[in-house]
Amino acid sequence: MPKIIEMPKLSDTMTEGTLAKWIVKEGDTVTTGKPIADVETDKATMEMTSFFEGTLHKLLVKVGEKIPLGAAMAVVLEDGEEAPANLDELIAKANAAAAPAAETKTGDTKADTPQRATSSLLPKAPSASRRPAARSSSNVRVKASPLARKVADELGVDLSRVDGTGPGGRIVRADVESAPKGGSGAGGKSAPATPTIRPVVGPEDERVPTSTMRNIIAERLLASKTQIPHFYLQIDIDAEPLMDFRSQLNATAEKNGGNKYTFNDFILKAVIRAAGTVPAINAAWDGDAIVKYKSVGLSVAIAVEDGLVTPVIKQAEKKTLLEISEAVKDMASRAKNKKLTPDEFAGGTITVSNLGAYGIDQFSAIINPPQAAILSIGSIRNTPVVDSKGAIVAGKRMWLGLSGDHRVVDGAVAATFLAEMKKLLENPALMLL
Amino acid sequence: MPRRLSYRHALREAFDEELARDPMVVLMGEEVAQYNGAYKVTEGLWDKWGDDRIVDTPISEAGFIGMGIGASMLGVRPVMELMFWSFYTVAWDQIVNNAAMVRYMSGGKINCPIVIRGPANGGTGVGATHSHTPENILANFPGMKCVCPSNAYDAKGLMKAAIRDNDPVMFMESTKLYGEEWDVPSNDELPDGELFIPLGVADVKREGSDITLIAHGRAVITCLKAAEILEAEHGISAEVVDIRTIRPLDEETILESVAKTHRAIYVEENKPFCGVGAQIAYMIQSTIFDELDAPVLRINSLDAPAIYSPPLEAIQLPTPEVVVEKALSIC
Repeated sequence: MPKIIEMPKLSDTMTEGTLAKWIVKEGDTVTTGKPIADVETDKATMEMTSFFEGTLHKLLVKVGEKIPLGAAMAVVLEDGEEAPANLDELIAKANAAAAPAAETKTGDTKADTPQRATSSLLPKAPSASRRPAARSSSNVRVKASPLARKVADELGVDLSRVDGTGPGGRIVRADVESAPKGGSGAGGKSAPATPTIRPVVGPEDERVPTSTMRNIIAERLLASKTQIPHFYLQIDIDAEPLMDFRSQLNATAEKNGGNKYTFNDFILKAVIRAAGTVPAINAAWDGDAIVKYKSVGLSVAIAVEDGLVTPVIKQAEKKTLLEISEAVKDMASRAKNKKLTPDEFAGGTITVSNLGAYGIDQFSAIINPPQAAILSIGSIRNTPVVDSKGAIVAGKRMWLGLSGDHRVVDGAVAATFLAEMKKLLENPALMLL
Repeated sequence: MPRRLSYRHALREAFDEELARDPMVVLMGEEVAQYNGAYKVTEGLWDKWGDDRIVDTPISEAGFIGMGIGASMLGVRPVMELMFWSFYTVAWDQIVNNAAMVRYMSGGKINCPIVIRGPANGGTGVGATHSHTPENILANFPGMKCVCPSNAYDAKGLMKAAIRDNDPVMFMESTKLYGEEWDVPSNDELPDGELFIPLGVADVKREGSDITLIAHGRAVITCLKAAEILEAEHGISAEVVDIRTIRPLDEETILESVAKTHRAIYVEENKPFCGVGAQIAYMIQSTIFDELDAPVLRINSLDAPAIYSPPLEAIQLPTPEVVVEKALSIC
């Protein structure tokens, strides 16, 4: 009966060994306890001894090979014994028995590989497999106890319409039980969070499941429009000085190969400077307090395929016009390639949305919560204007819009902010001071 | 009038009855015989049973606990007293590596029917090194059983079960309870003729519907007082579950109660880190998550060595007021 020498467990933690050296060769006589090979384990190179006596018939592994615990390494035959016909089968059997250990190891290695998240476009994408009851039908996270969720499921109550009376506003069972089925809760949040008007989908219409980004846009903007009391201001500015100023800078750049500035770069700089002059705009509503930000985190709305993202220029007040210009170019190109990291979406305190490039003269953007203001920038247009002497002349004008959270800022504050922006953009050299 | 009996007297009755029932039962420990026990738990037993059954040992926990463990492997049923459970660390290797492991390591051939007992509590001004509560540490070892009675009735019934058990049983008492009295019926008042409480059966000490207070040892008494305040002053009906034995643990009684009240707090005089309450809170949330209407809370001794200053020590252990406050935070 041939004996199969298998990889022994030479250290308590090894799962495989590497053959460092065969001490014996085919045809040698082996005895129990006689060294036959050197094996490298995870800890050290160890001498491996034979558990069998007989003639070494065949070496199955080569120096340098990694051998799982229990896998066949060599065949020993009793003196005078012929190799049986089914030797390969016996070897395969030994290796098959060793295989599970090797597989487990591969599995472990995989589990240890960190999952990189850089490909994700937006921070903390909610998992598709999330328990349905953990979110209300409007996809807004609600705070409810496990029991409240279970009871809500049973009774068909939409948790987003229930007021929580538990600690920290948590919805507890009693809140769910006192809420009418599918209706508003005891206290009753009046705004229906579920879209009640569903589209009719015809046979030729397409129903495209929403992407994570689309869900987040929907969730955040619905929250903004339903929770933030928006008000809207517009101011019309003379864009001619800005056009001249930009032409001068870019003409120099063209000659010297420097940075080319967009109109938006100046707008961003003006927002940052105006936020420094009117800091009340750089704030957020926090339930029972107003948070006044020390630094300006400038969120820049960038359109991408199937949506938009708003990466943030952090500590924008410390950045020069050139740094801002370069930062925006960099973020825009990485946004298109989905290379922005979750960290780059955090820390925004005010947002700029510019649709001028699309020929839009004027619009009113929805506030990017929890910020208190968003700027809506239109295109530069040719239009007749009345000059200081009362004559109608050809002019270059641009609308600046501001949507404000009236809980945080009032009309006069926002107007002062826009007036400051107008002053800066109509005297662009001021921005470089 | 039902018979009133102190916690120490109830334990003494359990010893006396077991000494009479089984000639292999012996009591050993520092000053358990001639001095009647440092806390007088074994009072009168040496007079009655003599040198063969009640044995004084030198101050050498590793030695005499080891001796008891060895004797138990040969069929003796020793009840070993640690003057304070705080001294268990001296006999650590004997308790953990021999007592708790021998049945497994011998493939079931050797049992270790020993009881190691004594007070394990803080709050008495004896300092950090005499105030340890190692029930969580000992219950961590498979093979070990761990009992923490909260009153005289349970102490007697559980001690009898511990002595008859074939595995090592760590029996933790409280010097703060030794002198307190409870109703403990005499044997002739009982249908079975004796008071015997199997290990691993929790006891609902008070029924309630709004919140479950779970505890072991003296913390059960704290919970019962808290439950009275909750009822009288806040209209909250608290159920109090006394787990009585930490290992084996009666999970069913705990889960049934929490599934009824939907809120739970674990109260113990042990330290919080890696405590018994941590294990039970985990067990509750992982088993009946959907029954919970609030997070499971824990109340422990403050996470510091037993404080020697009496005014500070008084607030180190959970009080009924703290239990009430925590209960209100989730009700």
